[in-house]
Amino acid sequence: MSKKVLVLAEAREGALRNVSYEAIAAGKQISNGGEVVSVLLGDSVQGLTAELGKYGADRVITVEHPHLKQYTSDGYGQALLAVIEQENPQAIVFGHTALGKDISPKIASKLQIGLVSDVTAIEGEGDAAVYIRPIYSGKAFEKVKVKDGIEFVTIRPNNIAPFAKDDSKSADVSSLSVDITNLRTIIKEVVRKSSEGVDLSEAKVVIAGGRGVKSEEGFAPLKELADVLGGAVGASRGACDADYCDYSLQIGQTGKVVTPDLYIAAGISGAIQHLAGMSNSKIIVAINKDPEANIFKVADYGIVGDLFEVIPMLTEEFKQLKVNA
Amino acid sequence: MNIYVLVKRTFDTEEKIVVSGGKIQEDGAEFIINPYDEYAIEEAIQVRDAQGGEVTVLTLGGEDAEKQLRTALAMGADKAVLINIEDDVEELDQFTAAQIISEYLKDKNADLILAGNVAIDGGSGQVGPRVAELLGINYVTTITNLEIDGTSVSIKRDVEGDTEVLETSLPLLVTAQQGLNEPRYPSLPGIMKAKKKPLEEVELDDLDIDEDDVEAKTETLEIYLPPKKEAGKVLEGELADQVKELVQLLHSEAKVV
Repeated sequence: MSKKVLVLAEAREGALRNVSYEAIAAGKQISNGGEVVSVLLGDSVQGLTAELGKYGADRVITVEHPHLKQYTSDGYGQALLAVIEQENPQAIVFGHTALGKDISPKIASKLQIGLVSDVTAIEGEGDAAVYIRPIYSGKAFEKVKVKDGIEFVTIRPNNIAPFAKDDSKSADVSSLSVDITNLRTIIKEVVRKSSEGVDLSEAKVVIAGGRGVKSEEGFAPLKELADVLGGAVGASRGACDADYCDYSLQIGQTGKVVTPDLYIAAGISGAIQHLAGMSNSKIIVAINKDPEANIFKVADYGIVGDLFEVIPMLTEEFKQLKVNA
Repeated sequence: MNIYVLVKRTFDTEEKIVVSGGKIQEDGAEFIINPYDEYAIEEAIQVRDAQGGEVTVLTLGGEDAEKQLRTALAMGADKAVLINIEDDVEELDQFTAAQIISEYLKDKNADLILAGNVAIDGGSGQVGPRVAELLGINYVTTITNLEIDGTSVSIKRDVEGDTEVLETSLPLLVTAQQGLNEPRYPSLPGIMKAKKKPLEEVELDDLDIDEDDVEAKTETLEIYLPPKKEAGKVLEGELADQVKELVQLLHSEAKVV
């Protein structure tokens, strides 16, 4: 049976996040030939609807309201429940982002349905869809299916490939007017710490530093390499605890879980808690002075050496590669 | 202030995961309080010490979870509740857990409920917000700072590295993110006192819950370990050559740049 699938599009700083397109692709698979409806919320989002069509959404529904300029669970909850009521979907896909993690349990609870969080892969289509998700911080995986009711899942960014952009495609766009009232949370301020550069959880390349980075300044060469590769800088708990960087960069069991195409661990020993946050990356490169460091056990490629020598050389070499490409 | 903390007994973070017969082997494994729940317990104790009131720690599980509740009492919580579902619930998911917990809490008039933002075993982060929704109270997830003045609440929360500063009011459910505080270790006198603190045990019957009404909406079909990674390639030779080789490998073999 084909399904109508509602997928949430997420904008950040006026641009759609990749996970919006990944959710469309996941939605298509779950729909088994049915319709994928992308929902976009905000105070002014009309300019973003065309992109969703190009990435495969059949329809786009916008809800615009001044109270949706900033995310609150009450505001988004009211808007999304109104869309769900109108559309009556058989499946729903959100990104497993800060926003998706916060709002999805509220919606699931309100609708009295199950929710499969943090899905990294989907097997099968339609009614046969089975969701794969990491448990025990990625040390194991489980396959989950929804027994009855709406199939509601959140997908981990960077794991389900979006469709290639097709400029010839477009989606029907409609808007729904929702009265957003009685917000119990008032956002006073958002202090951006991660605004410079690429979002760590969505980055295709992550350059992470550990205690071996030795100081705040020690992160500079890592940043330079990240810039050349269009990636983001991350850190181990050790580096954060030592005050070399902000906790917002921490990757691991506590901290962020990342699954980039390329993870370069510089001066990171590879404690099990750190591995939990990055071991599912596609390719792992370890750079460490200690040849016995645990990180080499999970690395695809390793260089035994001083990161302060290796990283700048790598930066130069990648620059050359780009020039030649 | 009437404060509740939702805690979960989980595998120790250092434990190696062994799967047999499609299930995680628990024999001989060390269990702990979910690390994020420790931040929630610590915060609850600090709020009580500043504002007065009582901290109740609550968990859903079996007899085994008593140990984690005693640890929370030793840290400084006043009372503990074990909702023992061992004999009644075979399969539970986040829906099941939230329905049962909220059924217990619905007439308790909690001013503040704290929980970890995620459990390191299941990793879904659903139960806290689900409970808040069922109780009809507001919630704020991944908080790193909490200030309470009367019924007004100022919060800082972590949003993928950014800090959101917000205001809301009690009653409220919050989930703790790392950085909220530094959880204390139970002191020896604390451990002695904890043995005498009240630990209430309730079952589904006591809550007038029919297990069919809280039947899981999702089902785990299989649990498995990730494929073992083959040993990586540690490069050799002059450092400059190694760097060149690495870039070539990433470009031509791994095709990630």
